[in-house]
Amino acid sequence: MARVLMKGNEAFGEGAIRAGCKYFFGYPITPQSELPHYLAKRLPEIGGLYLQAESELASINMVYGAAAAGARVMTSSSGPGISLMQEGISYIACAELPCVIINVMRGGPGLGNIAPSQSDYFQATKGGGHGDYHLPVLAPASVQEIMDLMGLAFDLADKYRNPVMVMGDGILGQVMEPVELNSATEVSLIPKPWATTGTAGRETRNIVNSLYMEPEELEKVNLRLQEKYRLMEKGEKRWEEYRVEDAVVVLAAFGMVARIAKSVVDRMRSAGIPAGLIRPITLYPFPDEPFLKVLRTTKTFVVVEMNAGQMVEDVRLVVGYRRPVHFYGRTGGMLTTVAEVEARVREIWEGLK
Amino acid sequence: MAVSLNHTEGLTDNLFHYCPGCTHGIIHRLVAEALVELEVLDRTVGICPVGCAVFAYNYFNCDMIEAAHGRAPAVATGVKRVLPDRVVFTYQGDGDLAAIGTAEMVHVAARGEKITIIFVNNTVYGMTGGQMAPTTLVGQKTTTTPSGRDAGVAGFPVKVAEMLAPMEGAAYVSRVAVNSPKNIRLAKKAVLRAFRTQLKGLGLSLVEVLSTCPTNWGLSPPEALRWLKENMIPVYPLGEYKIPEGDT
Repeated sequence: MARVLMKGNEAFGEGAIRAGCKYFFGYPITPQSELPHYLAKRLPEIGGLYLQAESELASINMVYGAAAAGARVMTSSSGPGISLMQEGISYIACAELPCVIINVMRGGPGLGNIAPSQSDYFQATKGGGHGDYHLPVLAPASVQEIMDLMGLAFDLADKYRNPVMVMGDGILGQVMEPVELNSATEVSLIPKPWATTGTAGRETRNIVNSLYMEPEELEKVNLRLQEKYRLMEKGEKRWEEYRVEDAVVVLAAFGMVARIAKSVVDRMRSAGIPAGLIRPITLYPFPDEPFLKVLRTTKTFVVVEMNAGQMVEDVRLVVGYRRPVHFYGRTGGMLTTVAEVEARVREIWEGLK
Repeated sequence: MAVSLNHTEGLTDNLFHYCPGCTHGIIHRLVAEALVELEVLDRTVGICPVGCAVFAYNYFNCDMIEAAHGRAPAVATGVKRVLPDRVVFTYQGDGDLAAIGTAEMVHVAARGEKITIIFVNNTVYGMTGGQMAPTTLVGQKTTTTPSGRDAGVAGFPVKVAEMLAPMEGAAYVSRVAVNSPKNIRLAKKAVLRAFRTQLKGLGLSLVEVLSTCPTNWGLSPPEALRWLKENMIPVYPLGEYKIPEGDT
């Protein structure tokens, strides 16, 4: 059982390799740089390929080609680069090709800064590019969880023939934590008879396409895609619950911020305030069940994020006006602190009494 | 009467959608014949552009991928790096390759990607409605240069073959035209040589093919061929701009 100290960014890379990914195409951007650094060294060691593209546009389209050719393939970036990739992601989603995209989020909008943020939630979960499509979005909260989720990310991509995004923030990318290396999923690659590999040994031509000139035809494609998203919503919601059984105040947070929220829950509990936490692991499909489950005991929700309140909308969609949904967040790359969040939750708790 | 042209296995039975007098059909045929003659059709992956040739996947009888506007060279890179023993080509127009796809075009040459680009230059955006392309001639009228391209406003034509030939990763670069039987034969030779360059693993091969657009030029098919000869070839001289070392 190998236990190593590893940066989050490196774990994205090692986790991908352990998931059978042999190809990486990317373009440098802070704060995810250690990920391409790691893969540039590691991939050649396993007979794989690291290739630095001339832009994010090129890198996502190299991913498109490699995925069409049947490979397990990945790219990574941060907000501004992910924005440039949206054209390609929309094409990949419509062409139904599997690939994994890592977004180690930095502060935005615009060039923003290189400090940690969670402000790409909308972009990741609501489409991002043009057209009606979705990506499964995974949000690990520790370096170990990055390692554990990378296998799932590739498996989901293959299972649904869809791009999958794994999101972290700058802290998760930079932090070093001990990791069990044996926890990666067993790699069992499924056959890809649709891949464009040349017609040799095949009766028919394979065509990878996202062009449907007839509206009736394109609507059929869209309906089929929507059917696929309903399947994801049915089978792929993942989350963690923490001390919610009798919680009157339930916090909701994802990624690294959930660890801050967990500390807040513990401090509230020590002070006799029944707090709990729901941590979505899949941001799309959004896990509604844990929120519905606690409605009976919970009087109020507090969503904590490092953005201006993006996931708060999904929580509101689930909870509606049945319970108040409060928000606390910092933007611009400002990290929320345990004390700040606790102060806000106490304020809300006082209002309840 | 002797039949000099038979159906090539390199093309499907689908009828072309191209306008009357457009030379895309000839260029498709040259590429398809070359793949058959080199016996690589069943291990070829083609990448389609956006624009008039967007439906090329309906015609080439091999595996095909439809790429986003200008990104075909990047898609081809992904395919070729995963499947290095396959033959990979892109088929792109001038709007696709020389405007939005400039970066992708330059960098496959810089990397020496072992792919083949068939670059169809008809100096105009065809499918979108006859707008100015990067390759539009100075003085040429288009729907967005109604009084003729004014270099002081819209700049000068982009000369792709001349631009890429000096790059170290470009192994074979030539410019041909399909306006006459003689030039068509020379074009076929160039296409064959481009694919041979790829098969030898020498680097990027690119064939720029001067083509017609009777519809958007507002000319009859014969007039369009004449216009190509009289106006395009002087600006875009034909010839092999780069041949692999020792490959005479």
